[in-house]
Amino acid sequence: MSPLERYLIVAALLFGIGLAGALTRRNAILVLAGIELMLTAVNLNLIAFGRYGGHAAPAAGQVFVLFVIAVAAAETAVGLALIIAWFRHRRTVQLDEADELRG
Amino acid sequence: METAFHLLAAGVLVAAVAAMSLRHLVHCALCLVAVFAAAAGLFLTLGAEFLAFAQVLVYVGAISILIVFAMLLTRTRAVDMASLSVRPRVLGVTAAGAVAGFVIAAVLTSGALPEKAAAAPAVPVRDLGRELMTQQVPALLAVGLLLTAALLGAVVLALREPPAAPSGKEPRA
Amino acid sequence: MNGLAPQLWLVPALPLLAAGVLACLPRRACRLAAGLAIGALAVSLALSLAALAVTLAAPGPEGFRAVVNFPWLVWGEHTLHLGWVLDPLAAVMLVMVSLVGLLIFIYSVGYMAGDENFTRFFCFLSLFAGAMLAVVMANSLVLLFIAWELVGLASYLLIGFWFQKPAAAAAAKKAFLTTRVGDLGLFAGMLWLYAATGTVVFYDGGRGCLESAAVSTLAGRTVTAGLTLSAVISLLVLLGAAGKSGQFPLHVWLPDAMEGPTPVSALIHAATMVAAGVFLVARMFPIFAAAPPGATGTPPALQAVAWLGAGTAVFAALIAVAQTDIKRILAYSTVSQLGYMFLGLGVGGVAVGMFHLLTHAGFKALLFLGAGSVIHGCHGEQDIRRLGGLWRAQPITFATYAVGMMALAGVPLLFSGFWSKEEILHAALGWPVSRGPFWLALAGALLTAFYMTRQMVLVFFGPYRGGAAGAGAHDAAPPHESSPVMTVPLVLLAVGTVVLGFFGTPAWPALQAYLDPAHAAHFAPDLRRLFSAEVLKLMALSTAVVLTGLALGWWLYGRRPVTDPAAPDALELVQPGLFRLWREKFRVDEFYAATVVRWHAGWAALGDLLDRWCWGGLVWLVQGLALGLAWVSRLVDEMAVNSGFDAACARLVRAGRRVAGLSTGRLPGYLRGVAAGALALGLLLLWGGCR
Repeated sequence: MSPLERYLIVAALLFGIGLAGALTRRNAILVLAGIELMLTAVNLNLIAFGRYGGHAAPAAGQVFVLFVIAVAAAETAVGLALIIAWFRHRRTVQLDEADELRG
Repeated sequence: METAFHLLAAGVLVAAVAAMSLRHLVHCALCLVAVFAAAAGLFLTLGAEFLAFAQVLVYVGAISILIVFAMLLTRTRAVDMASLSVRPRVLGVTAAGAVAGFVIAAVLTSGALPEKAAAAPAVPVRDLGRELMTQQVPALLAVGLLLTAALLGAVVLALREPPAAPSGKEPRA
Repeated sequence: MNGLAPQLWLVPALPLLAAGVLACLPRRACRLAAGLAIGALAVSLALSLAALAVTLAAPGPEGFRAVVNFPWLVWGEHTLHLGWVLDPLAAVMLVMVSLVGLLIFIYSVGYMAGDENFTRFFCFLSLFAGAMLAVVMANSLVLLFIAWELVGLASYLLIGFWFQKPAAAAAAKKAFLTTRVGDLGLFAGMLWLYAATGTVVFYDGGRGCLESAAVSTLAGRTVTAGLTLSAVISLLVLLGAAGKSGQFPLHVWLPDAMEGPTPVSALIHAATMVAAGVFLVARMFPIFAAAPPGATGTPPALQAVAWLGAGTAVFAALIAVAQTDIKRILAYSTVSQLGYMFLGLGVGGVAVGMFHLLTHAGFKALLFLGAGSVIHGCHGEQDIRRLGGLWRAQPITFATYAVGMMALAGVPLLFSGFWSKEEILHAALGWPVSRGPFWLALAGALLTAFYMTRQMVLVFFGPYRGGAAGAGAHDAAPPHESSPVMTVPLVLLAVGTVVLGFFGTPAWPALQAYLDPAHAAHFAPDLRRLFSAEVLKLMALSTAVVLTGLALGWWLYGRRPVTDPAAPDALELVQPGLFRLWREKFRVDEFYAATVVRWHAGWAALGDLLDRWCWGGLVWLVQGLALGLAWVSRLVDEMAVNSGFDAACARLVRAGRRVAGLSTGRLPGYLRGVAAGALALGLLLLWGGCR
């Protein structure tokens, strides 16, 4: 198993764990945390490919990751703000009790 | 190197599982911190020092704190929330496992990945900076705008509403 | 052609224009309306006087004649010419119509002062004046006919002016329909004339239908019963003239036409419109008098004219004797005098007939306006049995009425009626065909004097019988004299009545010379002629006849003044049967009602039946079809279109609802969706060949 494959497998597993958490946890914050895990896995993937991918621009992967981190931070901030605002309205952070925006 | 990798990989995975399955919220948050730290270590082993430290700064330093704050601000009577009932949980785990499994299978059976383990030279920070400031300037600026907007949005969203008007209308959150 | 003749079209155009303007004015614009109408007619009068002067100044060998013809409508080889003729006949009629018309217009300002439809009245009056002037000036039979019909229309509108009264509306209809019967004859004559000669223009530089070429063509052809074509056409034209001038048997409309306001009766049914018939015969005289070359004796058309006139004169005079409405008496008197005019035309020619027309216009208008003044002063009373003693209350009216009455009766020397009737009698006496018309004319003169005396006595002398209880006496207010705007025209007409006579005496027959220039030498002034034996004998005879009539009238009505309005007439006591016959107008109206009217009503009923069942049935059928089509269309629309559309919409809504059900608002579900998508993507990549 090449180092690349090793890192990729780890990233895949991390991604799966994050997905499982996002799907199963009832608390909205923990769902966000699961999404963060998935993003971290993605970052890992990108850096691994950047290092071992064998292409001409090794910095591309890291630049990409930088952007991903920035966007993830922004997204987490907004998401948490939403959750707080919603908590004030409904006094709950249970995800399955959030069903007012329905068709 | 190999040892570091294995240790860090195991740490990441265990901490992630713990973060996703513990019942006490704060324990989940702390395990998240561990996940992020271990990921930073993995970045180090890959030679992306700048990113490792960026990961620590942003994820551990900011996002985890955010999550803890959010957990504190949204506490209710019932301290620990039960997870979903069994069936949805099994399905979710199965689906996630299937996704991970497919990706791993793809990785292992793929013939597109380069065979030799030749590693590219580590990228100095200077090159990273130069790349950011020349080739990726539009993206940089866009991300700057995005962060500003997200900051403003988050502030507005989480702002506590002014007290109710004398007419007696109920405050809407 | 001098300068005035081309501008002569203004004479009828100005009143017609005034009528047009008046039609657009609001009801309360009374003074403006009267001013416009009177002003327009005054200008027409001035132009007519100028035209008269022109014709007097420059007579040609056959008299002055200025003709303006212009082509108006051309189709194929036919051309319709319009234009006008200015000759002595036209000039004298123009002056008469506009002068009498002007005086009556001024009179109407006073008579119709209280009426709310004042403006409409003057609009119709102007329309009539314009149309009548156009009749007089017309250069062709077609234009004359057009104006003739316009005059009939104006008469209809004016008779039925107070159309809210059923009697007035019926009288207007009767007038129009009766004259229409006559107009059929005129139209047929016109068509035949055009077919035979190829022109209806009167004078066209030798090609006109009244000029020698056309006339000899007409006289040369014999049609039926030994009558020449000219005679037949003349008889058809005479039918039209008889209708318009109220000769027997088409006289029935004239007495009923008294339903209109009195100025209308004066203007239209005494002086001008009814004279149009006489004028028509005078205008067409060359055709009437046409005889085939080598023929002797009087043309049959002229004989018909003379007998018709004489018969009608006596017939109407008899009826007038027994009437009790002041205007009816005058109406029948008009019919009678028109008969005299026709007689004059038939036996003596254009000059004789037209002289009586002119004098009659003057004194008949005077009499009608005087009657109007009486009616106005007695607050609407028209029955002579309820009048009386008005010589004191209405002196001016009385005096002028007396002048008119004496002129009509033919009191000698001072009054124009005497001289014109003398001419007629003189001509009738010398008629080669028969003496019958002469004796009839004399009888008519006797009757005329008699009934006018009767009327004068009952209206102006004796005690005032009005204001008695019964028959809705308006107010017991005594009768009063009318305002100057009404009495001044009376005075003017009275003066004219006296003066006009002196233009036609045998000593100086100026009018006859003017109208009949072909025999101008015969009409040279000659005082000795006045004192020739035959003239003196005739004057004595007619004076005796008139005095007899006056005496009879006084003897029956004047000796014992009548005090009771309900008392039977003095003549009725003497001759009840005859009196009743005359009072019922010889039952002509009843005869018509039983024959013509019933026949017509039958046809109308048939028409109504057809309309109701045939055409009405067709309409009903079409309606049913349309309704059926509409019903089917509605069905299709509701069942096919609507339900189809509705079903589609419902399905759309249901589908939308189902799709909307996808957004449950539950985040875990969404996340599961994401996961499923990622799974699918992975599968795709894995087995899609992306290795």
